[in-house]
Amino acid sequence: MAKIELSFYPGCSSQKGATSSNYLVSAQTMCEELDIQLNEIPDWNCCGASIGYGGGGELPRLTLSARNIALSEEHNKGQEIVATCAACWLSTREAKERLHEDEQMFKDANAALSEAGLKYEGEANVRHMVEVLVEDIGFDGIKEKVKKPLEGLKIAGYVGCQTNRPFGIAGESFENPMYLDNIVDAVGAESIPTYEKKVQCCGGALAFSEPEKSQEMIKGILEAAYDNGADMIVTPCPLCQANTEIYQDQINEKYGTKFKMPIVYYSTLMSVAFGRSAKDAALDGHVIPAKQLEEIANK
Amino acid sequence: MSDLNTSMIEKYRSSFLKEVEANVEEGEWVKMCMQCGVCSGSCPLGKHWDHPPQEIFMMIRANKREEVLGSDSMWMCTSCYNCIARCPRGLPITHIMHGLAVYSKRLGLTPKKQPTAEFSQIFWDNLMKKGRVNELKLGLSMNFKDGFGEGVKNAMANQKLGQNMMKAKRMNPMEAFGGHGVKSPGDLQKIIKKAQEIEESKIQAAK
Repeated sequence: MAKIELSFYPGCSSQKGATSSNYLVSAQTMCEELDIQLNEIPDWNCCGASIGYGGGGELPRLTLSARNIALSEEHNKGQEIVATCAACWLSTREAKERLHEDEQMFKDANAALSEAGLKYEGEANVRHMVEVLVEDIGFDGIKEKVKKPLEGLKIAGYVGCQTNRPFGIAGESFENPMYLDNIVDAVGAESIPTYEKKVQCCGGALAFSEPEKSQEMIKGILEAAYDNGADMIVTPCPLCQANTEIYQDQINEKYGTKFKMPIVYYSTLMSVAFGRSAKDAALDGHVIPAKQLEEIANK
Repeated sequence: MSDLNTSMIEKYRSSFLKEVEANVEEGEWVKMCMQCGVCSGSCPLGKHWDHPPQEIFMMIRANKREEVLGSDSMWMCTSCYNCIARCPRGLPITHIMHGLAVYSKRLGLTPKKQPTAEFSQIFWDNLMKKGRVNELKLGLSMNFKDGFGEGVKNAMANQKLGQNMMKAKRMNPMEAFGGHGVKSPGDLQKIIKKAQEIEESKIQAAK
């Protein structure tokens, strides 16, 4: 397969010492194995995520993403933009669509960008990494690269919200997307296509501001995974990952549950299945260790 | 009451709907709501809204200005986009709720100490400092937003979580002394300041 080159928007949480730094490590490992070259957008900024709107309003928020797209168009010309973070992808793609539909907004964003000598054209395609996997590599393409099938593991595919709505992955339904289950199957594990909480909201940014309301939802997501006999949960979203993993202690304390469910990324699964080390799969970056994956990686 | 709020009341006295259409992000969609209630039933935090989206839309059309803009309902939105995905008429409900929340904040009508409103501003201020989010400072600002005493209590409650994250190298205490950022935060701030000025001038023009 020919090498795929993409203009990469890693996002704040992927940086060293940040909440999803382990996502970045495993995504890079996965891309090495799939012959995908990630060219980081130089000097990218935060997209505002799904909560910045309250401080930033409309145009300032859209302009943040316009700057990233402008930088990509200047430095990674002709390449599609790809994000691994759901909110990064959503914000960037939303900004592109809004500036495309609204001529005045397009002019206004450019007026703002010109303060620093930047120009936004909005030509670049904005994609999520799972789109690249599903559409460019394909489930068979993933399967071909598997050296250590994740046999005997039952994994609940938790797609969450923003990788799924409002844009979603072409050909998938908003209510019952199957691609994550197909990835689980492709790496040799057992998927749970009827995992009923696969698109349930975890609270997103409100896990900070409304912890009790959010943790009630997270509890349901974890409970359903246990009820379905899952060994672990896999997700494509950094905030879903963090929210469902790091509050398990607090949920246990509040509800008397005994949750200890590992939450990994699709890139974690693929890194291990492609035969890479536990370190390359960033298994050391989990608060709740995915011991079964560690065992396979160390074999 | 803010001056802006007073002048908006005077200008749109006869129609809150027109005020929303002119000043709220995606507000021109409000009249398209057919009151089916799918959005309200689809909202993951629906039970916590004083007025779920369907009601908000009807209240806007019924001139319930104070009740809508003074409500903390819109701040319950988690940005899950369920309502957008399911709305039979394709209303961009998530964005309208965000827009109403921002508009109410701009007019000084958001309930005091609304936690998501506070967090949203803290998040924005945090990212604007260096162009990228400093997660450590974000966590600290959130813990200490209600003063030192509450802050210590929150920090104690989240102590184990913090330790776990540091052990996994997903939280870095050194972020307190700098952290990640764009090369020239000043340039980014100039861009965003300009964008804010443009947005501000539109609202002023609508007065």
